[in-house]
Amino acid sequence: MSSARDQILGDIRKSLRGGAALPAAAAAQLEARLKNHPAGLIPRRSGGRDRAGLLQLFEEQITMVSATVRRVRSLTDIPAAVAEYLSSQNLPAEATVATGTLLDGIDWKQHPMLRIRRGTPDPKDQVGVSAPFAAIAETGTLMLLSGPDSPSTLNFLPDTHIVVLPASRVVGPMEDAWQRLRHSRNNDVVAASMPRTVNFITGPSRTADIEQKIEMGAHGPRRQHILIVEDEQVA
Amino acid sequence: MSEALSKKPRVGLFVTCLVDLYRPSVGFAAVKLLEQAGCAVEVPTLQTCCGQPAFNSGDRADTKTIARNVIAVFEGYDFTVVPSGSCGGMIKEHYPELFADEPDWAQRAKRLAARTWELISFLHDVREIDSVAAQYDGVVTYHDSCSGLRELGVKHQPRDLLASVRGLKLQELPGAEVCCGFGGTFCVKYPEISDKMVQAKAEDILGTGAGTLLAGDLGCLLNMAGKLKRMRSEQGVAAVKVRHVAEVLAGMTGAPPIGEAGE
Amino acid sequence: MIPTSQAFKANAHEALRDAYLQKALENMRAGFPQKRLEAISRLPEFEDLRDQAKAIKDHVLENLDWYLERFEKNVTAAGGHVHWARTPAEARDIVMDICRRLGARTVTKGKSMIGEEIAINDHLEKNGIVPVETDLGEYIIQLRHEAPSHIIAPAIHLVKEQVEQTFREVHTDLDPRRVLEEPRSLVAEARQVLRDKFLAADVGITGANFLVAETGTSVIVTNEGNGDLTQLLPKAHIVLASLEKIVPTLEDASAIIRVLARSATGQDMSVYTTFSTGPKRPDDADGPREYHVVLLDNGRSALLGTDFQPMLRCIRCGACMNHCPVYGAVGGHAYGWVYPGPMGAVLTPSLIGIETAKHLPNASTFCGKCESVCPMRIPLPKMMRHYREREWQKKLSPPAARIGLGAWAFLARHPFLYHWAAGWIAATLGWLGRRHGSFHNLPLAGGWTATRDMPAPQGKTFQQMWSERRTRRAA
Repeated sequence: MSSARDQILGDIRKSLRGGAALPAAAAAQLEARLKNHPAGLIPRRSGGRDRAGLLQLFEEQITMVSATVRRVRSLTDIPAAVAEYLSSQNLPAEATVATGTLLDGIDWKQHPMLRIRRGTPDPKDQVGVSAPFAAIAETGTLMLLSGPDSPSTLNFLPDTHIVVLPASRVVGPMEDAWQRLRHSRNNDVVAASMPRTVNFITGPSRTADIEQKIEMGAHGPRRQHILIVEDEQVA
Repeated sequence: MSEALSKKPRVGLFVTCLVDLYRPSVGFAAVKLLEQAGCAVEVPTLQTCCGQPAFNSGDRADTKTIARNVIAVFEGYDFTVVPSGSCGGMIKEHYPELFADEPDWAQRAKRLAARTWELISFLHDVREIDSVAAQYDGVVTYHDSCSGLRELGVKHQPRDLLASVRGLKLQELPGAEVCCGFGGTFCVKYPEISDKMVQAKAEDILGTGAGTLLAGDLGCLLNMAGKLKRMRSEQGVAAVKVRHVAEVLAGMTGAPPIGEAGE
Repeated sequence: MIPTSQAFKANAHEALRDAYLQKALENMRAGFPQKRLEAISRLPEFEDLRDQAKAIKDHVLENLDWYLERFEKNVTAAGGHVHWARTPAEARDIVMDICRRLGARTVTKGKSMIGEEIAINDHLEKNGIVPVETDLGEYIIQLRHEAPSHIIAPAIHLVKEQVEQTFREVHTDLDPRRVLEEPRSLVAEARQVLRDKFLAADVGITGANFLVAETGTSVIVTNEGNGDLTQLLPKAHIVLASLEKIVPTLEDASAIIRVLARSATGQDMSVYTTFSTGPKRPDDADGPREYHVVLLDNGRSALLGTDFQPMLRCIRCGACMNHCPVYGAVGGHAYGWVYPGPMGAVLTPSLIGIETAKHLPNASTFCGKCESVCPMRIPLPKMMRHYREREWQKKLSPPAARIGLGAWAFLARHPFLYHWAAGWIAATLGWLGRRHGSFHNLPLAGGWTATRDMPAPQGKTFQQMWSERRTRRAA
């Protein structure tokens, strides 16, 4: 008795080719297509911009989706910028900050009023701080990867999400972000080296499920604040 | 000068069932406009229906028989012109696909399709008419019939020609491109839903304040006229004169509007 | 979900008289089309992107077996499991086995049309497991024991007063004097209630907008973030997906994502687009310990190689129903099953049979708006017509229709008879209607004249008058 798998694949083959599997030559073409993973049409909006152009586009797009953005010159400016933002929103001066090279390189104690926890968030945490792998200027989107230093739940549980984004991590289209990811994993992403979770996040959480009226903070954060670090040395 | 304009083309007028049965004045307006545009118009007597009712009911066999008759009757003309987007679309878009598995008929259907045009787009795009010598005083609104719009690209042509009519002011209809709810057999099969759709359309028409409604398809026009007239008798809403756009463009508005009695 | 599609006319009748529903549909008609237009006006490449998306899906469908096997290989390599289900029953059993093994008591769910198709919630409940819908719209209708009425906005048929009433009835441990008038407070309350459920869940079930063969990845697209909390917090993440969700590469997914949100809600990107590959890695800070993908056939393989194959390109954006005047008049429940609107008119008979669903492909004027907005260029009216052809061949159409159309076709094939009959009808109706110019009542046209006048013909046919004119001119 054939398994469900065999039957389904058999039914597909029957419908497409009278029962035959894909001929070897055709299979080789599909193999090549996967290997080359060609990018398709990239909108002009996001192609061919220099660093300044990308940052401008990113800021325009992110503002359209109700996130806020501020540029700082270097990582040393981050603690003050975080404290200022929290104060402007009447939030207590505390945050849970992910770990990892970039965020570890910030001297959080600079701002003693700012109470910082590191690592995985507690469900009661109100503010999360993370660093995206990349940001996509075309749509104002952040690309955040899961990992030992970057709990994905930090992007969702706290009510306010603050993001430390080096300007050098901003790319034009999503395809360039995938390219960076592939490069970072020894030149090709295969299943075993893909992160468990890749979150593309475009603005704060929202819903329009009640009478088509948009309300923020449905389940994820209701606030997203992006601190762009302009220092070219910060990668 | 393009070949199409350099000689007097022989045009076969595809009358359509509704024009033939309901409102011949549309046919005569079409003839006048075509003759004014330098065409020699003939009306084959062996034509009946384009086959769309059978086609949309799933009766492919009868549709093909009817289509073969249309192809045979009209294939001798330089152009086949139709005062309807829906019948025009049937011949132009659906006849070739109907005979996809019969190469000879497919060939003949494609040839006919290539020479078949909805009336207003024929005048504007093929005969390059950009104005008419007609007069019509009043505010007019225009409904875009679905097949004409989406199958045949009829949108700006009637508007361009209406803009040349002296005394006429065009008030765009909000939701001009939304279906009026006629849909051929649909209004018979699902009358309540059809009524809801034509109700919304009528409210939009009345909202423009226009005294006249025009469109290029008699099915839509009968539907909208019927609804407007019922709303007038039941709710006392304003009267709206409903006509086929060809009547206004040809300056032939002597006949009573659709649904109205003569003097 | 037990279909009521055969009762479409009765369902539509109710829907047309439902004041709350009509108000909700008015909001929808005013909102979605405008938002889509604005979004695509900002993207000049939109038409080319539609063509590209169609090409990617057509390519996948032609090679679906190969891509499914590659997808399975990569899911397994990442530490996940792929399960194959021919039928809803097999899919339900697979889900139950996982839940039982893990001792699951509650399960959170992201929105999944496949979940509806296999009626997973009822099955979980029958087996003592509590399913909690977390998409706000799905949560609301779950509390009301209703089915979704739209594939991306499931509670679109409700007005806020109805939601308030439901929350008051169900959230009885909250202060009854609280103010709950505005959507803002309703959303805040749902967030609060559901946050606890997210944290307590043992298993999380989501759907998938895409399955990426290259990496063994499933993709979900949400605005709320519920799909993410559903998959990250519990012990296991189960993905329910039908076979045709496959795309070849990450870049292909990105290409189609560009047309998805714009077509659905008019957003350039939805807030959360999440790519999930396998269970958490050993060193990961968080994530599910198990990852399962349940691949459901339930009629998809049978559509391949037929006139209905293009339907498998559907990416569930909802643009067709947002723009459909019939859906806009009666809403989603009238269609009687999981998938409403134009896409439902084709998919429903494909999955549950034309006998049950015969009304759906008939309840269309073929205005063509759906096809004109479909990002995947699916020829929906053409496929609805194919189903009408099947019905005609199987003689499922009502006898009156067959007789009437048969008579019409007969006349159309016999021009002289046709012209004689047309002349007779024009003369008779023209004479009867000459006083008012229209009929208030017309036998055989009762459906029309119940609410509309029927204009009267002018009294002679064009052919008669043309022949008379020629005779006069010859004389």
